[in-house]
Amino acid sequence: MTATSFARACALAAAFTVSSVTAASAGDYSITVDRVALETGDFAKTAIGYNGSSTPTILRFKEGEEVTIAVTNNLAEDTSIHWHGLILPYQQDGVPGISYEGIKSGETFTYRFPIVQSGTYWFHSHTGFQEPDGAYGAIVIEPQGREPFRFDRDYVVQLTDAHPHSGERIMRNLKLMPDYYNRQQRTFLDFLNDSRDQGLSAALADRSAWGEMRMMPTDVEDLQGFTPLINGMGPSQNWTGLFEPGERIRLRFINSSAMTYFDIRIPGLQMTVVQADGNNVQPVTVDELRIAVAETYDVIVRPTEDRAYTVFAESMGRTAFARGTLAPRSGMEAEVPDLREPPLLTMADMGMAHGEHGSMDQGAMGQGAMDHGSNQPTHTMPDSRVMQGMNHGTMDHSAMGHGTMGQSSGQPTHIMSDGSVMQGMDHGTMAAAPADPFYAPGSGLTPQAADGGKFLSYADLKAQKPLYEHRDATREIELRLTGNMERYIWSINGVKFSDAEPIRLQYGERVRFKFVNETMMTHPMHLHGMWSILDVGQGKWNPIKHVVSVAPGTTVFMETEVDAPGQWAFHCHLSYHADSGMFRKVVVEGGPVGKSADLDTTSNHTTGG
Amino acid sequence: MRRNILVTAALVPALLWTVPASAEPLIYGLQVEQAERRFDDGSDLYAWDFDALVGTDELKVVWRSEAEYLTEGKQFETLENQLRLQKPISTFFDAVVGVRLDTPRGEDRAYGVVGVKGLAPQWFEIDADLYVGETSFVRIEAEYEGLITNRIILTPSVELDTPLGDDAELGVGAFAPKLELGARLSYDLLDRAVSPYIGVHYERRFGETADLARAEGEARDNLFFVVGTKMLF
Repeated sequence: MTATSFARACALAAAFTVSSVTAASAGDYSITVDRVALETGDFAKTAIGYNGSSTPTILRFKEGEEVTIAVTNNLAEDTSIHWHGLILPYQQDGVPGISYEGIKSGETFTYRFPIVQSGTYWFHSHTGFQEPDGAYGAIVIEPQGREPFRFDRDYVVQLTDAHPHSGERIMRNLKLMPDYYNRQQRTFLDFLNDSRDQGLSAALADRSAWGEMRMMPTDVEDLQGFTPLINGMGPSQNWTGLFEPGERIRLRFINSSAMTYFDIRIPGLQMTVVQADGNNVQPVTVDELRIAVAETYDVIVRPTEDRAYTVFAESMGRTAFARGTLAPRSGMEAEVPDLREPPLLTMADMGMAHGEHGSMDQGAMGQGAMDHGSNQPTHTMPDSRVMQGMNHGTMDHSAMGHGTMGQSSGQPTHIMSDGSVMQGMDHGTMAAAPADPFYAPGSGLTPQAADGGKFLSYADLKAQKPLYEHRDATREIELRLTGNMERYIWSINGVKFSDAEPIRLQYGERVRFKFVNETMMTHPMHLHGMWSILDVGQGKWNPIKHVVSVAPGTTVFMETEVDAPGQWAFHCHLSYHADSGMFRKVVVEGGPVGKSADLDTTSNHTTGG
Repeated sequence: MRRNILVTAALVPALLWTVPASAEPLIYGLQVEQAERRFDDGSDLYAWDFDALVGTDELKVVWRSEAEYLTEGKQFETLENQLRLQKPISTFFDAVVGVRLDTPRGEDRAYGVVGVKGLAPQWFEIDADLYVGETSFVRIEAEYEGLITNRIILTPSVELDTPLGDDAELGVGAFAPKLELGARLSYDLLDRAVSPYIGVHYERRFGETADLARAEGEARDNLFFVVGTKMLF
C-alpha cells in the first residue's frame, strides 16, 4: 500500500466508519442494544441499534476462535441476538422460547461458542419486530487458511428496508388490511390501457380471472413505502467504498431486510460471485444477482477506470432502490439508473400452468435453461397430469393443488399443476426472459439482467468444497408453504406455528426437505443450526446455504445432515410471514453421548422473524 | 388514537379467554367506513358507520356502530350499536353472532344477530345479517373499492334492509325494504389512516314502508350530497 492509499484508507475509515467492535482481549466482544436515532434521508425515527448507532455493527471473528460476547440490553423490553448462519450449540442460537429465555431489560447475557466456519454472516434480534426496527449487524469471519480468491479491499454492503412505521404497527395494519402497503395495485387507468393494448375482452377476462381468485398480480411486495439502506445509509446519503483503479474489491452483500428482495447490479462492472451464505462457491461471473431476504453473497469486482460506479439494488417489486457508490475518491457519484417496470405475477405463479404447452415453454425454457450446460436441473411439466384440489371458483392457497411428478434423483423439479387456462400472461416479456429453473415457467418474477447480461441463478451455484460426504437422503419431509393473503395468515402445511407440533429429526439422519410453494409470494426459508444443502442438480457440488428461497408455483429441495442436537427454529425469513405463522420448531433427538442436547420442555411459542 | 385505546381497553377483558398462548400479537383497530355530513336543503344530518375490533385470526370481537344525527332537532334518527363475534368459516368469509341495541329518538329495540361477512369473488365486500327481534330484519350490504388511481378510490355501496313483519312503531311494513345506494370518491391523504371523500347517498323506501314514511310527512326517497372521511387506525 502506498502512503497515499494508506492515507485514503484512513480517511475512509473515518468517513465511513462502521462501528467495529474492538476486542478487549482475543475472543472477547461486547454489544449493547440501544434505542437510536435513524435518519434515512427520507424520514427520521427512533429505531433500535447496536452499540448506540444506526450504522450496523460489524463483528470480526477468526475461524477457530472461542468467542465470548456480552450482550447488554438497554431497551425497556426483552431482546435477543441470533447469530444468523453460525453453527453453534443450540443454547447459544438466540431464539427466545427455543434456545433460551431471551435477555431481559437491563440484563447482560454472555454468549460463548467456538467459531467453526468462515465467511460472511449476520446477526439480528429474534424478538418481536426488533429486527425490522433496526436490530441487525454483520459478521465477518476470517478463515484459518488462504481464501481461494484474491482481493485488495473488503467492504460489507448490508442492505435493509427501513420503514417509517414500527414493525408492530406494520403487522397490525397488514392484519387489518392486507393490501395496506400495496400502492402498485392495478387501477381503472391500467384497465383502460390494457383494454387499448389487448382489447376489452382480454382485459376483462384477465381482471375477472384474478378477481375470481381474489388475488392480485401486483402482490409482489407486501410492504412498500420503505427506504432501502446500505450500511445504514439511504440512497441520498450514498454510502461510498473507495478503491484504487485496478484493485480487486470484495463486496459482502447481506440482505437484512424484513421483507424485501433486491436485484443488485453495478453498471459498468461484472461481479464474480465467490461465496453464497458464507460458503465458497465455484466462481461465477454475473451482471446482476437477486438476493433473498437473509441471504449473503460475496462478490469480487475489479474497476479499472478512474471513475465512480453505482451499486444499485432495486427491490424485486421495483418500488424502491438502495444506492451506494464505489469511487476512487470520496464525494464522487455515478449515474443512478431508473427503476425498471414493476413485475406482475402470472397464473404460473399461482401454481397453474398452461393447458397446452404453447409458446411459454419454448420462450421460458427452451432458450434460457438449456444454454447453461448439459447437467442442468430440468423443468418437468406434466402434460396430462390430473390436478388435485384445484378449485377455480374459490381458489384458496391451501386448496391449491400441485400435481406430483416423479423426479430423477438429484434433479430439482418444478412441479406445476396443469389444466387451467392461463390469463394475463405477458408472452412478449416471457419469450425474451432467460429462464431460471428456480422460477415457474412463465413466472412474472423470473429475473432478467438490466442490460441483457447474465443474471445469477441458484442453478449456477456449485460448492467450492463440499462440507459433507455426498450420500442419499434417509427420508423426505414435505413442507407445503401455505397462506391466506386476505387474512394475512401464513403457515406450513396449512398449520400456523401456534397450532403446530415440532418437526422431529433424528441425529445422524440426512433429511431431504421438499418445499412446495402454494402461495403467490416468494419465501426465503431459513433453518437454524444446520446447513441447508440446496439441490441444484449438482450432486456433491450442491451449494451449502442457510437460506433457500422458494419462488411461487415451484418446488425446491434441500438436504440437511442432521448433526446438531437440540431444538432449532425453522421459518420463512420475511418478518411478517414468520410472525403470522410460517414458522416451526425443529427438535433433533439423540446424538452421541455428551453431545446430545439436554432438551427441556419449553413451549414452542416464541417471537421473532 | 386515544379513542382507539379506550375501545381496546373496553373490549380486551371480553376477549382474554380466546387469546391463545401464542406470541402472535393481538389484532385491533378502528375502521371508519363513513363519518360524514349529508346535505339536504335545510335538514342536514351527520352519519357514521364504524367497526372497532380486537381479537385474533381465530376470533374477533367487533363493536359496530351506525348512526344518523339530525342537525335540525338535534336528535338521532338512527343509532345502532352492535357487539359482534366474528369467526372464520371459509377462506374468505367469517360467521357473525351478536347483539344489537337501537336507541334513536322514539322506540328502542334489541335484536340478536347472525350473519356472514367476507369477500366475494371480484372483490365485493359483503355483509349479510339476520336481526331477530320484536320485528326481524334481513340486511344485506355490498361494497366495492374501485381504484381510479392507487390513492383515488371510488367506493360504490348498496344496502337493502328488509323487515320481515309489520311494525307501525318503527314505521315499516313486512317485506317493504329500505334501499341505500352510495358512491364515495376518496383520496388517501395519510397512508390509509385518513381518506377524505365526497359523494352521493341515496335512500328509498318501498311499499308499506314508503307509505308510512309519507304519512309521517317524510319523502319516499332522499338524495344527499356527502362530505366526510374514511379512517383506519
